[in-house]
Amino acid sequence: MTFPRKNPIRVLVAKPGLDGHDRGAKVLAHAMREAGMEVIYTGLRQTPEMIVNVALEEDVDVVCVSVLSGAHNMLFAEIMAGMRAQSADAIPVLGGGVIPDQDIALLKEMGVREIFTPGARLAAITSYIEELVPN
Amino acid sequence: MDKRHERGELQQAKERWEEERLGPALQRVSRPPMPSDLRNEPLYTPLDDAGRDYLRDLGFPGEYPYTRGVHPSMYQGRLWTMRQYAGFGSPEETHERFAYLLGQGQGGLLVAFDLPTQLGYDSDDPRAKGEVGVVGVAVDSLRDMETIFGGLPLEQASPSLTMNSAATVALAMYLVVAEQEGVPAARISGTTQNDILKEFIARGTYIFPPRPSMRLTVDLIEYCTDHLPRWNVMNICGYHMREAGSTLVQEVAFALANAITYIEACLERGLEIDAFAPRLAFNFSASCNLFQEAAKFRAARRLWARLLRERFGAKEPASWMWRAGAGSSGSTLTAQQPENNIVRVALQALAGILGGVQSFHTAAYDEALALPSEHSALVALRTQQVLAHESGAAEVIDPLGGSYYVESLTDQIEREVNLYIARIEAEGGMLKAIEDGRAQAEIAQSAYAYQTQIDSQERTVVGVNRFEDQNDPAIQLHRPRPEIVEAQIASLHALRRERDNAAVSRALAVLEAEARGSGNLMYPLLEAVRAYATIGEICNVLRGVFGEYQAASY
Repeated sequence: MTFPRKNPIRVLVAKPGLDGHDRGAKVLAHAMREAGMEVIYTGLRQTPEMIVNVALEEDVDVVCVSVLSGAHNMLFAEIMAGMRAQSADAIPVLGGGVIPDQDIALLKEMGVREIFTPGARLAAITSYIEELVPN
Repeated sequence: MDKRHERGELQQAKERWEEERLGPALQRVSRPPMPSDLRNEPLYTPLDDAGRDYLRDLGFPGEYPYTRGVHPSMYQGRLWTMRQYAGFGSPEETHERFAYLLGQGQGGLLVAFDLPTQLGYDSDDPRAKGEVGVVGVAVDSLRDMETIFGGLPLEQASPSLTMNSAATVALAMYLVVAEQEGVPAARISGTTQNDILKEFIARGTYIFPPRPSMRLTVDLIEYCTDHLPRWNVMNICGYHMREAGSTLVQEVAFALANAITYIEACLERGLEIDAFAPRLAFNFSASCNLFQEAAKFRAARRLWARLLRERFGAKEPASWMWRAGAGSSGSTLTAQQPENNIVRVALQALAGILGGVQSFHTAAYDEALALPSEHSALVALRTQQVLAHESGAAEVIDPLGGSYYVESLTDQIEREVNLYIARIEAEGGMLKAIEDGRAQAEIAQSAYAYQTQIDSQERTVVGVNRFEDQNDPAIQLHRPRPEIVEAQIASLHALRRERDNAAVSRALAVLEAEARGSGNLMYPLLEAVRAYATIGEICNVLRGVFGEYQAASY
């Protein structure tokens, strides 16, 4: 990104399931705002259905889902199915959290575009999103 | 202050050394300092001891203000309790594990509940999908608590129930089992975490809004004060706020400000300070900065002793004692080069021991990757055993006491925490700071600053932003097990068929009526639990009366 965008990128940062670990989600939301994006953070304990609905209502360009509870396989499967059912599968879904390597391949097969695990640099995530979303 | 030297003489000598020695040496080689929550000088001397009075500010172990430890003999008498947070699996497996541990002479069983239980959802609730039995054991009703604890020597078990928003329900279930097992109330011991305020600030397992949540918290404390002299009513946590990204000073300040809020609520209920303060304990984090963390525990003891004696007028020494468990900071552990975490955890545990904590929980090295495997959990325990029996740190009470640096840090932490608490109180107190989302925002700000330091390489995390290695070894990870979920749901459905459903409805109606009034809810909760009402049914009644908390969107 060397030139300014006409419209800022809109990102939904979502915490599905019952997991309360939202440090990463909040830090990321902060970094995205610093990078000029518009961020909607759902807060804790959203169902997959609620996340899909907010993504559509808010007309976001990207959905970022953070899970640290170990329930990622089930939660991502439902979110991806919900996106397809609402014909919203063109909106890329990214994942982050405590997700073992062997599950990353499975999540990508489901259609999750990319997974960022602990240690990922904030700039790496924001520039990935900037490249992902066409101007 | 070393009496052989005049202060002026020492000051002059230090200035000379700085000018002639340190300055030129730093000019030749100068490494950027590690970012830190607290100011560091390159060297500490007796000059930094000025203003400190040994008897007033340090004293002796087991005596006010307890800076050097709450017990006169500390680890000379008894080592700290080595804890492992575990208990994932079914109620049956948890029972077997506890029977084994008790057989080995280990009490203080730490019970981890799964998230649906912590949040008051039954295992077959749609919201529980994917979470049943994952981070802990599922407890839907008294029947599961009977399975876990029935037939065990409960007087030795002294379980620690890690429950907050529904701590009253978990305690009620445990008490009914203890009663069935014939343990007299006066001999029932254990702990409920019961620290709801930090859930709003950092950990996120809240159900009801802050004020009704405070009522349940005080109900539990009042009930225990009246009936269960040996129950530890609350574990006030700095841990989760630190994990959410707070600084060291914020960790202590928010935890003590929460404690003040609880104490004031209990006093308002009419409880005597010395009737419940001795049953309050703390749970703090330990990160890798050995000296700052050790000083934190020393400062917290002194802060607590002075707070309880001077501000709340507690008369009993037991009320003045800041008893604490600590745990290694999970957020400092890395997914990259996970074996490095064994070293980090060892430093963190050493900080806790040098700081004189009563128990320590070592995290497993695969913390950033998954729930602990059997192997990683064992390494975590062995780490503590090496520290206990090979390091020498347990051989002397408060071995860092008198260090120019550590004493200076201890004073600095006490000062900064007092300023922070004064600011919170000037702005309307902790409950208001939480309701307005200010405490949460201050922590989020610290978390962002910390991550920015890592991303800019101002702060080094070995294996993450320096000394990286592309070939991280594969490690064996614990996997969740779906068969546990099916069995749990089948057992819940059987319970709903077999119990006296009319009795459940009656008990829930009484609970609802009492919740609308102002009585202590422990009594109707005990009756509802006895009738085998499920945790979901009970919490739904309370949700209907109290509402559900919605965090301000960010």
